[in-house]
Amino acid sequence: MANSNPARPESSGLQVSPHFLRKREMVNQSARYVLMAAAAVSVLVTIGIVYVLLSEALVFFEEVSVWEFVSGTSWTPMFSVPTFGIWPLLSGTIVVSGIALAVSIPFGLVLSVYLSEYAPDNVRETVKPILELLEGVPTVVYGYFALLLVTPMLQLFLPGLPGFNMLAPGLVMGIMILPYTTSLSEDAMRAVPNSMREGAYALGYSRFHTATRVVIPAAMSGITAAFILAMSRAVGETMVVAIAAGQMPNFTFNPMEGAATITTFIVQVSLGDVSHGSIAYLSIFAAGMVLFLLTLVFNLIGFFLRKRYRQAY
Amino acid sequence: MSANEMATNRIGQPARMRAQSERPSETREHWYLEPEGTLRARVSNLKFWYGDGTQAIDDVSMPLVDKQVTALIGPSGCGKSTFLRCFNRMHDLYQGVKYSGSIKLLPEDENLIDLDPNIVRMRVGMVFQKPNPFPKSIYENVIAGLKIRGISKRGVLDEIVETSLRQAALWDEVKDRLDQPALSMSGGQQQRLCIARALAVQPEILLLDEPTSALDPIATAKIEDLINQLSGKVTVLIVTHNMQQAARISNYTSYMYLGKLIEYNETDSLFTRPMCQRTEDYITGRFG
Amino acid sequence: MNTLSENVLSGIDYASISRKNRSRDIIFASLGIFVLFIAITTLVALFLDLAMRGAPRLADPDFYTSFPSRRPLDAGILSAWVGTIMVMVVTAVVAVPLGVAAGLYLEEYAKKNWFTDVIEINVSNLAGVPSIVYGLLALGLFVQTFGMGETVLVAGLVLALLILPIIIVSTREAIRSIPSELREAAYGLGANQWQTMSMYIIPAAKPGIITGAIVGLSRAIGETAPIITIGALSFIAFLPQSPITGDFPFISFEWLNSGFTVMPIQMFGWVSRPQADFQITAAAAGVVLIIMTLAMNALAIYIRYRARKS
Repeated sequence: MANSNPARPESSGLQVSPHFLRKREMVNQSARYVLMAAAAVSVLVTIGIVYVLLSEALVFFEEVSVWEFVSGTSWTPMFSVPTFGIWPLLSGTIVVSGIALAVSIPFGLVLSVYLSEYAPDNVRETVKPILELLEGVPTVVYGYFALLLVTPMLQLFLPGLPGFNMLAPGLVMGIMILPYTTSLSEDAMRAVPNSMREGAYALGYSRFHTATRVVIPAAMSGITAAFILAMSRAVGETMVVAIAAGQMPNFTFNPMEGAATITTFIVQVSLGDVSHGSIAYLSIFAAGMVLFLLTLVFNLIGFFLRKRYRQAY
Repeated sequence: MSANEMATNRIGQPARMRAQSERPSETREHWYLEPEGTLRARVSNLKFWYGDGTQAIDDVSMPLVDKQVTALIGPSGCGKSTFLRCFNRMHDLYQGVKYSGSIKLLPEDENLIDLDPNIVRMRVGMVFQKPNPFPKSIYENVIAGLKIRGISKRGVLDEIVETSLRQAALWDEVKDRLDQPALSMSGGQQQRLCIARALAVQPEILLLDEPTSALDPIATAKIEDLINQLSGKVTVLIVTHNMQQAARISNYTSYMYLGKLIEYNETDSLFTRPMCQRTEDYITGRFG
Repeated sequence: MNTLSENVLSGIDYASISRKNRSRDIIFASLGIFVLFIAITTLVALFLDLAMRGAPRLADPDFYTSFPSRRPLDAGILSAWVGTIMVMVVTAVVAVPLGVAAGLYLEEYAKKNWFTDVIEINVSNLAGVPSIVYGLLALGLFVQTFGMGETVLVAGLVLALLILPIIIVSTREAIRSIPSELREAAYGLGANQWQTMSMYIIPAAKPGIITGAIVGLSRAIGETAPIITIGALSFIAFLPQSPITGDFPFISFEWLNSGFTVMPIQMFGWVSRPQADFQITAAAAGVVLIIMTLAMNALAIYIRYRARKS
């Protein structure tokens, strides 16, 4: 009786049509290539950025010497005799991001230690989403704060402060990137295994000792990465400074003065009526190139430091 | 030892049933030995609840003999690690935990459940399942506990580092590379370093939470040797999942099951003449 | 056995050390709470001030249905919010499929080789490239080289590229958090890789992927700098053509090639005006913008919270 049905021998299970299997494999392979192409797009973006910046900047450097660009202390692209020394833009960028980091690094460190080592779970669970929400507030709104709220407030204490200055946008930017700095360095501290914390507590360490002598040293590469990425963000931030720091290139390190940064210069030229191919038009790509290289260095250092702490545990 | 006798009465089961001839009884639920040595601590009616309300320790009473090794055995989930971590109030790092009963340190007669956990941890040392040296040098690891106790004289530190590493049977292997990172050592060396780190502050009680469970047999043997060396010098409470290990290294053994203490006895007696049926089932592998 | 250290250790006053420890802990915890308090109150104060200044315009229904105007009290955000929605549609349609596909590839398909490493470093760097540099990319490539002009399409594309890394990273995290048992169960049934992905992994990772997409889009809504760079104007007194038309085939893509403005550009344009009345209009636009982004972020947090609970 068992052999009466030769089409279904005892050992074989369900029959699958070879046609279906072929089709299935084809779909599988094409999906693979489609996904790979999508991943490759991200590389194309970088290639596009480098291509655009480089091609326009090269034309720019045909007319302006590289030496003048990297050493000059006067930046007047719109004058009849234009000068192209990047330092006034760099000094503005350095001052504003310096103030921002001076606010955001100590505050961020205290906050992240508090959240990761001290705060009860319910506090942490409440604060972290709030920080995430704050990360989403558009930067143009912070620019408004800096120009119309913080500067007038500062003028109460510093009567000589002009309406456009670097201090107010620096301070506001510091608060603005605080959620970012805090959550990155908190992540690094949370990645320190709990067994290390318990080891410290078992020796009689207080929370403060555990945080400062065990957790922070163990999370150092991640915390450094957080601050470097914050630096990258401060250097590349545009709207706060464009609104509140004035757009006059000014070679100064005095935060009480207004000055342009690399980013605000690009905004200023974009807002104006500059013809395609003119030297002023080309100069924003040269400035953008400097900005891209600066942040590239920070981003790469941040990437490798973060990778290190992720591998460590 | 009048304190001991009083404490005995508090347990309510003064186990004078040490008569060697007595056979284990099918009906006996618990059995406690009242040991003869000086006690370092006595646990009375200890109960413990985690933050989510589950009770992990249910009415455990047992003594801890001074300068002897006491082992805690039992199936996984029986509460032996939880019990151990009551001794240095490790649970207090997490929210909502609750204790009742007492763990009295003797002869001071202080209930460590009522003390500041930070003080308790300065007096009671602990070594964990997985070696957890700090990402610092070997030397820095050994003195980690000393520094926060305000001891910073180089000469004193050097001496303590050497004695602790010798006690942990690690000195000869690392004396020439004390400034190397601790994480560069093998797992067994790391665990012995953690023991040295705990011994350096001369704890009144040393807690070992399955200290060899992450190690290979050779490293395990070294740690067992070292625990044998400590017997007679340091009061040790060790949790182990390995009955042979308990038999090899401990003077006293407690068998725990479902958060309760089933039997506390001298190690030899517990493994050769268990007094409770459930102990016998467990040690003979007939555990069901 | 060790006399010297014995003496040193027996002289320690644990109670006083512990008291010191505790007071240091309390001081630090108070410092943490203080910093948290300062940061949050500062921001709340700023937002309240913004809302109070903008209140008169926010209360006026014409504010939402009027075009910008030379007279501050007549100026409205109609072209801005319509423009924002249109740009976001383009951004979402481009960035979400691309980002999810790239994230899926990197997490599940990519072999450990130099090409994967390059993509990974590249994505991480792109996440940190200043937004204005994306603006230069769009200006040099889309506007000048391809001659596409300052259109909804170009703005949508540049914002899509900008948020691509956010969507890739969150997709990867969402997929990574799926227990490998699910994967193994699917393969165990004889599913091949694409079947496993499309039928099991992607559905399971959906809440995380959606959350990442919303967070990315909320970032795009608030972006100003790259839109300025491509040359968008803040004074736009017309709406792009409607995508739905009265004539056959009833659907039109003309709006993609239309000029536009968006909310943050509109606000920036008003902030830069010297007249005090325009600052009121700017504050009102700021409130609308914040509500838009906060609502999206809150939605994302809520979706993640619900997914975590179940």
